[in-house]
Amino acid sequence: MIDKTISNAQAAVADVFTGATLMFGGFGLSGIPENCIKALLEKDITGLTCISNNAGVDDFGIGLMLKKRMVRKMISSYVGENAEFERQLLSGELEVDLIPQGTLAERIRAGGAGIPAFFTPAGVGTEVAVGKEVREFDGKLYLLERWLQADFAFVKAWKGDTAGNLVYKGTARNFNPMMAAAGKITIAEVEELVPVGELDPNQIHTPGIYVQRIFQGVNYEKRIEQRTVRKV
Amino acid sequence: MLTKEQIAQRIAKEVKKGQYINLGIGIPTLVANYIPADLDVVLQSENGLLGIGPFPTEAEIDPDLINAGKQTITMVKGSAIFSSSESFAMIRGGHVHLTILGAMEVSENGDIANWKVPGKMVKGMGGAMDLVASAKNIIVAMQHCSKDGQSKLLKQCTLPITGIRCVKKIVTDLAVLDVLPEGGFKLLERAPDVSIEEIKSKTEGKLVIEGSVPEMVF
Repeated sequence: MIDKTISNAQAAVADVFTGATLMFGGFGLSGIPENCIKALLEKDITGLTCISNNAGVDDFGIGLMLKKRMVRKMISSYVGENAEFERQLLSGELEVDLIPQGTLAERIRAGGAGIPAFFTPAGVGTEVAVGKEVREFDGKLYLLERWLQADFAFVKAWKGDTAGNLVYKGTARNFNPMMAAAGKITIAEVEELVPVGELDPNQIHTPGIYVQRIFQGVNYEKRIEQRTVRKV
Repeated sequence: MLTKEQIAQRIAKEVKKGQYINLGIGIPTLVANYIPADLDVVLQSENGLLGIGPFPTEAEIDPDLINAGKQTITMVKGSAIFSSSESFAMIRGGHVHLTILGAMEVSENGDIANWKVPGKMVKGMGGAMDLVASAKNIIVAMQHCSKDGQSKLLKQCTLPITGIRCVKKIVTDLAVLDVLPEGGFKLLERAPDVSIEEIKSKTEGKLVIEGSVPEMVF
């Protein structure tokens, strides 16, 4: 099988260009492509459109790209944890498109699955419906929503093999599988990169066909946003 | 008047055996503490988990295991993990039996507003619009009045709405009310030591009272 391994994050993001549309897996700070974000921060690119459920926090994740003014537009469902985001939004430096989370997930899934549009009930009768076609099916109203695709999709998995097959762990899976399929170039960073044949084909979450580049990430911080514990 | 914990405790009585349930952030999260174990309910977290367990001990903390509020959690035996698109497929597809969430306003026809206040920073709707558009049964947990004393049970929502004609039941610090299909809040129960008059005066929308209205029993 073709070896899709690339040496490191810097090499993996080398051709990401100004004005590109990027997808980032993750929910909050869980399952985000930490190594690729760090590598992108070293590049002199701007005007990016970033599709990600959240926008990181001020000093971690996509928040760092916002701070460096690399992002022109965010497409997200919830961006509440980021003061710099708020400042740029209010000053007009940053454009934001807020989308219901399930609609966002399905638009990305549709993008990877070759479905240009679909109907969903989420947002009917709200400001999300403004300018969208509304159609009735079997007595209920639905909105027409379009697919989302990206020039580059950055995904983070637990394990991967050199052919790009991926296995996620826990709720760090979230948006990663759909984004892997919706990127023209999908770059996977994994905690453990193994030779082909080591992963059980029955347990693959993202088949390697969707992945163009894969590398083993380093120094995962895996920052926790809300550390909640119970007393023993 | 009920405390937040008592609101959660009262809502827990609505839960039926074997249900799959999505709990929102705030008071709804507390409902989990009052659901009897023998009901065998399964809690869904829209970031991709069926089978939310209690918060972890320090030793059990796993950054790859969080709920939709980004809190560290554990999984119960028999849990399942899936992607965000699968998660909302089960929500949209009507497979989640009950959704419990907070609200800033509910109208007498069941519209809900809980995601945006004009003039304040917009944080986003997260999964709320998908949940309210598709859930078979939606129970709202909220205070009867806002902090400045305004009724939150209205003829029409004044804030940008999250979904239309979707709320079925409301439990507030003062009362339990059904939202009638033809419009109006039907008063079912009142909090201990709260009079019908007080509930009337604090409900701006149409209040329907039939027969006697018992006090809640805890």
